[in-house]
Amino acid sequence: MNRSLAERLWAAALWLLVAFFILNLIALIATVITSSFATRWLGTWFPAAFTTRWYFSAWDEFQLGDVLTVTFEVVFAVVGLAGLIGVPAAYAMARRDFPGKKLVMLLFLLPLLVPPITYGIPMATVLYRTGLGGTLAGVILANLVPTVPFVILVMIPFIEQIDPRIEAAARVFGAGTLRLFTYVLLPILTPGILAALLLVLVRTIGMFELTFLTAGPTSQTLVVALYYAVFAAGVRAVQSIDAMAVIYMATTLVWLLIALRFVNPTQIVARAKQAR
Amino acid sequence: MSTLASSSARLEDAAPSWRLRFAAMGLDGVTLLLLPAALFLVALFIYPFLYGFVLSFEPKQGGMFANYARFFSDPFFANTIATTMKIAVPVTILNLALAIPIAFRVRLLRRQRLLTTFLVLPITLGTVLVAEGMLFYFGPQGWFNRSLIALGLISHPVRLVHNYWGVLISLVITGFPFTFLLTLSYITGIDPSLEQAAATLGAKPAARFRHIFWPLLLPGLAITFCLSFVQAYSVFPSAVLVGEPAAATRVISIAAYQSAFEDYDYSMASAIAMIMAATQLVVVLIVFAGRALVYRGPVSSGKG
Repeated sequence: MNRSLAERLWAAALWLLVAFFILNLIALIATVITSSFATRWLGTWFPAAFTTRWYFSAWDEFQLGDVLTVTFEVVFAVVGLAGLIGVPAAYAMARRDFPGKKLVMLLFLLPLLVPPITYGIPMATVLYRTGLGGTLAGVILANLVPTVPFVILVMIPFIEQIDPRIEAAARVFGAGTLRLFTYVLLPILTPGILAALLLVLVRTIGMFELTFLTAGPTSQTLVVALYYAVFAAGVRAVQSIDAMAVIYMATTLVWLLIALRFVNPTQIVARAKQAR
Repeated sequence: MSTLASSSARLEDAAPSWRLRFAAMGLDGVTLLLLPAALFLVALFIYPFLYGFVLSFEPKQGGMFANYARFFSDPFFANTIATTMKIAVPVTILNLALAIPIAFRVRLLRRQRLLTTFLVLPITLGTVLVAEGMLFYFGPQGWFNRSLIALGLISHPVRLVHNYWGVLISLVITGFPFTFLLTLSYITGIDPSLEQAAATLGAKPAARFRHIFWPLLLPGLAITFCLSFVQAYSVFPSAVLVGEPAAATRVISIAAYQSAFEDYDYSMASAIAMIMAATQLVVVLIVFAGRALVYRGPVSSGKG
């Protein structure tokens, strides 16, 4: 194909932009990692020497043991409940047509379209009025609001592509809905459910706004604890906060890497494609 | 068809006729599986919104509309809308302007996966971590300023954090990948044979974009614009951490948060949240009205 000089320049400029973006992104992450291992890093390209002691001091100062426990309690509760509530609902949405279905679909779309901080403030108000604000249960409930619809929207196309005759056959042989789920649908749907739940997991670890608005001192997750540490910068050593940030990155990225074995990266945002 | 037949066949022998009638409408045991999810969202999404709406009309002092009157008369509150718009609108336009041409390039790439994996990183890590990293990296001693000085582009470090630019940069770092991946998913959804047909008929790239892609992409781009804008408009952590939360980046979410958790005035906080939702809705409506002006025609024709 013949390409003119202008076209080539245009293409080169675009790739340069992409390279510039990714280079800065990597350098930004590398800064955090380098700083977390630095003894002293002032006014030079690289730190004077390296140490691992910030990890130990961060672990104690920020009570990261407790914070990590809370984080995983919240995350696994959210993943489990979102799956339990979301998958059956997705099945009903995929298989039945009923009056008001569009309205129900809107109910599932809105929490994904409205940004968390907008609905989070009235929601936190209600949770605090009912005494759930500041508790672990409150944080879990708050995080379920965007994740249940997310599971439903990811699962609907997965379920729609299953041949309904398989279910019909199970029904003919006398299987009720529960047996149909456990013996027929669950095995077929496992890859889809796994993908959806891994994405929920990654999103919940990184979900700042809702957790921040509903968490009390004993129900903070890692990302909220990190926010407070950065917010009160100057109280602790910078390297200590960086060490905490590295621990946060590690917990997120491990799950992201696992998730990316099952899903395409675009799926993390492309939920909105179904939003039409 | 066959599921309906089988489930109603099972119901036929034992169930009374109203069950059959509901089943024919699509309401049976399977439909009831929706209930937990629907009830949960009504309780924790719809109800709080309505509760907040009602609460916003029950101010601590003054008449029904006292909160709203206070918001729009006190520049400390009223200016947050302009401040937030000044951040969100340029960021959204910039992200979209970068995302569209780059997505058109990447579309032709066979191995997109490495690139998309890199771009998913800032989305997953989130604004808090990006802001934390920015403080040092874009700071006066950070590698960014050092590199620019070493390259001779500037003589003194540029101030890129704790001001307007810090928030702008943080929103590009997290927002551009989001906008890009959405745009890419819309572009790859367009049937490539349409472009090939245009090329066969002698249309140059610019003409192909103008006459083939643009009309087909417009609905998707309108949605992408709205989602990116709404995200940028509700910026919170980076406006506090890398911005100037008392002045240049005192965005509307900071005002709402302070009312709720520093003044414990939930009524005022609810009013601000309602104003936030309303302004977002207005922009979304403007975008869709604008789209209807630019392009009238089938919304999803020609999609593969």
